[in-house]
Amino acid sequence: MSLTTADRKPIELRLPRFALSNARWLSPVLLLLLWELGSRSGVIPPRILAAPSTVLGALWELTASGELPANLVVSLARAAAGLGIGLVVGTVLALVAGLSKVGETAVDPLMQIKRTIPSLALTPLFIVWFGIGEAPKITLIAVATVFPIYLNLFSGIRAVDVRLIEAARSFGLSQVQQIIHVILPGALPSFLVGLRYAMGVALLVLVVAEQINASAGLGHLINNARDFMRTDIIVVCLLVYAALGLAADLIVRSLEQHALAWRPSFIKS
Amino acid sequence: MPPSLARPISETADRDAPAVRVRDFTRRFGQTVVLNDLNIDIGRGEFVALLGRSGSGKTTLLRTLAGLDSAGGQDVTTPATRAVVFQDARLLPWKRVWRNVALGLSGADARARAEAALEEVGLGHRLDVWPSTLSGGESQRASLARALVREPGLLLLDEPFAALDALTRIRMHDLVLSLWRKHAPAVLLVTHDVDEAISLADRVLVLDAGAIAAEEKITLPRPRESNAEFRAIRSRLLGHLGVEAPRAAPVEGALIAFPSGEIVA
Repeated sequence: MSLTTADRKPIELRLPRFALSNARWLSPVLLLLLWELGSRSGVIPPRILAAPSTVLGALWELTASGELPANLVVSLARAAAGLGIGLVVGTVLALVAGLSKVGETAVDPLMQIKRTIPSLALTPLFIVWFGIGEAPKITLIAVATVFPIYLNLFSGIRAVDVRLIEAARSFGLSQVQQIIHVILPGALPSFLVGLRYAMGVALLVLVVAEQINASAGLGHLINNARDFMRTDIIVVCLLVYAALGLAADLIVRSLEQHALAWRPSFIKS
Repeated sequence: MPPSLARPISETADRDAPAVRVRDFTRRFGQTVVLNDLNIDIGRGEFVALLGRSGSGKTTLLRTLAGLDSAGGQDVTTPATRAVVFQDARLLPWKRVWRNVALGLSGADARARAEAALEEVGLGHRLDVWPSTLSGGESQRASLARALVREPGLLLLDEPFAALDALTRIRMHDLVLSLWRKHAPAVLLVTHDVDEAISLADRVLVLDAGAIAAEEKITLPRPRESNAEFRAIRSRLLGHLGVEAPRAAPVEGALIAFPSGEIVA
């Protein structure tokens, strides 16, 4: 992974422990300090942006009262349901299109047409169809996540080294065995790229979908906070969204480390 | 998906019949005739080397015998079990070495059989590593183990040593010979290397323009040194391949810079 090289510390034995030229944490901390200072001195009024300390207080309050955890669970469930459906549908379509020419002819044009329509543009249609409950939100996430899964898995299947498939054939493996032992493992790296992308998309669409008259969830929390001009709560929710994005990335990374342990970059010598 | 592996080839049944029997086999790609009324027999347990320039149809013949290309209903007979060692080892990078060898084997003893095969090629200590950590020579050993674990009646070697360094290649030659003696499959070795062919094979065939242009039976005892007879055979084979060998035999023991026996294609 590219991060590991960044983690490696350069050899600087005699230099002070905090070499300022490498202090990547410095500018964010300075920004926070300036922000806090601006809030305390009244340059930044609370209705524009709450102070970092107020935000932390709000985070603590919302967590202690159980309001944030409860709404977070609702949001996570939405994202998981949508992503789950998108994952299954995208995977099935990619297998159909990737493993047979007929399947590709049938499925791929439809998916390419679908790709030209921005998923979020379907929001009004879904509200008309499904009302303003959970259904349009989950459907929106599902529809948006199908494509990254489909596209990456499909191209992953097609990019599997023909010579490996041929070797498997030469040893008498059946088509099903070829799919299980050669094609699917060969397409796994691409699939995981698609999964990572789909998780990002799921989060993005979640944010928008939750603006549709939600009665629970992070979006609901944000909408309420907006009505009462509680910028501290809005920022807390933004932090939570950011944490979710980070968590999604971590999940896929650890999946990769287990599933792609055979890759030279993961092999520890 | 690749086309299904149809049963294009009839299988050797009669015990006295040769392992491989090809009669009047013709293969075309568009207008180009790659193999033209080709006839080949390979006896049971016989080691045959096939020489030929690039484009002479070597690979096409090997693919047909391996069952990778359909024989199109023509008269081609091979043993039921065939295994190929390719020039690039073609190990599945996502399977540990022993699983690569056990690929497609069924039964509870698959692991034990894979282990035994890997022991035989000297990779008993590398059972559980990923293929990407193997050297070129080790990869080819694993590839040999994967072929032999199936106890093939016909072992097809598609320039398996071409990408190896000279020292590794010599060791692999010895290994292939000892494995061949032990398991006694019919072997078809496709190679560019005339010396390799003469060192290893019972019989060397030269394929030219889609047909067998020459045949040399090698009766020299193994291991084969580059003696006068060896050089005479090489000279004849190179002649068939269109490479002029020097007429006068060089002084015994002198270094021969050319021909090296390698046909640069």
